[in-house]
Amino acid sequence: MSGAELLLDYLTRYFSVVLFIVIALGFGVVTLLASHLVQPKFPETEKLSPYECGSEPFSDARMPFPVRYYIFAMLFVIFDIEVIFLYPWAVVFDKIGLIGLVEMLVFIGLFLVAYVYAWKKGALEWD
Amino acid sequence: MVEVGIKIGLSITQIAVVMGVVLLTVMFLTLAERKVIGWMQDRMGPMEVGPYGILQPIADGLKLFFKEDIVPAGANKFLFSLAPILALVPALIGFAVIPFGPNLTVEIFGVQFQPFVISDINIGILYILAFTSIGAYGVILGGWASNSKYSLLGGLRAAAQVISYELNVGLAIVGVILLAGSLSLVKITEAQSGWFWNWFIFAPPFPQLFAFVVYVISSVAETNRMPFDLPEAESELVAGFFTEYSGMRFAFFFLAEYANMILVSCIAATLFLGGWNAPAPFLQFHGSWANLAWASGVFWFTVKVYFFLFLFFWLRATLPRLRYDQLMRFGWKVMLPIALGNILITAIAAYLFPRG
Repeated sequence: MSGAELLLDYLTRYFSVVLFIVIALGFGVVTLLASHLVQPKFPETEKLSPYECGSEPFSDARMPFPVRYYIFAMLFVIFDIEVIFLYPWAVVFDKIGLIGLVEMLVFIGLFLVAYVYAWKKGALEWD
Repeated sequence: MVEVGIKIGLSITQIAVVMGVVLLTVMFLTLAERKVIGWMQDRMGPMEVGPYGILQPIADGLKLFFKEDIVPAGANKFLFSLAPILALVPALIGFAVIPFGPNLTVEIFGVQFQPFVISDINIGILYILAFTSIGAYGVILGGWASNSKYSLLGGLRAAAQVISYELNVGLAIVGVILLAGSLSLVKITEAQSGWFWNWFIFAPPFPQLFAFVVYVISSVAETNRMPFDLPEAESELVAGFFTEYSGMRFAFFFLAEYANMILVSCIAATLFLGGWNAPAPFLQFHGSWANLAWASGVFWFTVKVYFFLFLFFWLRATLPRLRYDQLMRFGWKVMLPIALGNILITAIAAYLFPRG
């Protein structure tokens, strides 16, 4: 295939994906709007107050939360980027031979160092 | 120009059919789950609406459609409405790259057309991973925007849990990609043709059994299902991140959860159990029936997907819920080393004993 044909092939493949995203979004928005048109609306102060076991909400709901969540989010970002690097390597694994294998062993070794460090520091403990 | 029009028309028809099938399956699953769990607990499940309760999902859907959408006081109205859509759309669009049957190309009105996959893009599995991650935004935004303490706690828990187990899903898949040498789900399935021992769960040089177990457990956690349903643990968080949702917006979170279940079942069937391939070559239409082979392909794919869906119900009826610290420790300290070790051994085995 020539360059232009290859480009056209790519565009047609991704076009169906974009079309799907648009249709799925349209389905979501249209269904919500249609439901909005037919539903009853009787707002009352009591009904609109956030649920708190029947008692009056006594403080702002958006309270501070444990820093644990941030630590796990940061660990996820670091490790997930390393996982993404493994994907292209796995796809071409057959073609890059021993050098590819050894390089990735070194890479996974570095990954393991970070992982053991996080474990020893107690970053993987929830309490 | 006419060709382009026909092509777009075919694409839209195909997308409509796939979305229709997925939504009908979701409807069926809501009933099937109640029935299966009912039988496992020696009850009948829903029996009132229609014969044996088979019209229950329609009654539920109509009821939710005509219910009032309550926006609680102090909620961020825009994010509160956006969150259900952000949760549902990523769960639906993952099906764009799933091959439901054999990789045929037919000609309709002079246009090349693949009936069983909407789009065979060469980054298929990466596309699914990328878009299903967006679903986590829907959950955490819904939790934050509701202005309720239960919702916020549920949203935070869901976010931390989903990202932790997504890492394991990503690692478990690497072994399969390494053996198949492609990210396209069609090519991965084609690499598993023939007998059932060519499926990646059993395939030489290194069976992906460990990766399979890690994938299945992690995907149960990713879809927030029992026994990992801490974000919506009803005995402590009321309903978790959708405590304040009602009507159609609540239905969207529900739809998203079940659509995600179907999606991860489809991926598990495709990556590990050979997708549309029959367990043995003689178990599909062949010889003089060969032009009906697609029907047996779709049949086997459906059987495998429903096996996983049944597993979801079975787990829910069997296992108690984990504690949150157990959940995180299990994800980071048990599943992650297993998945990583699987990659190392698979790579070394694939280097020593190259496939074909």
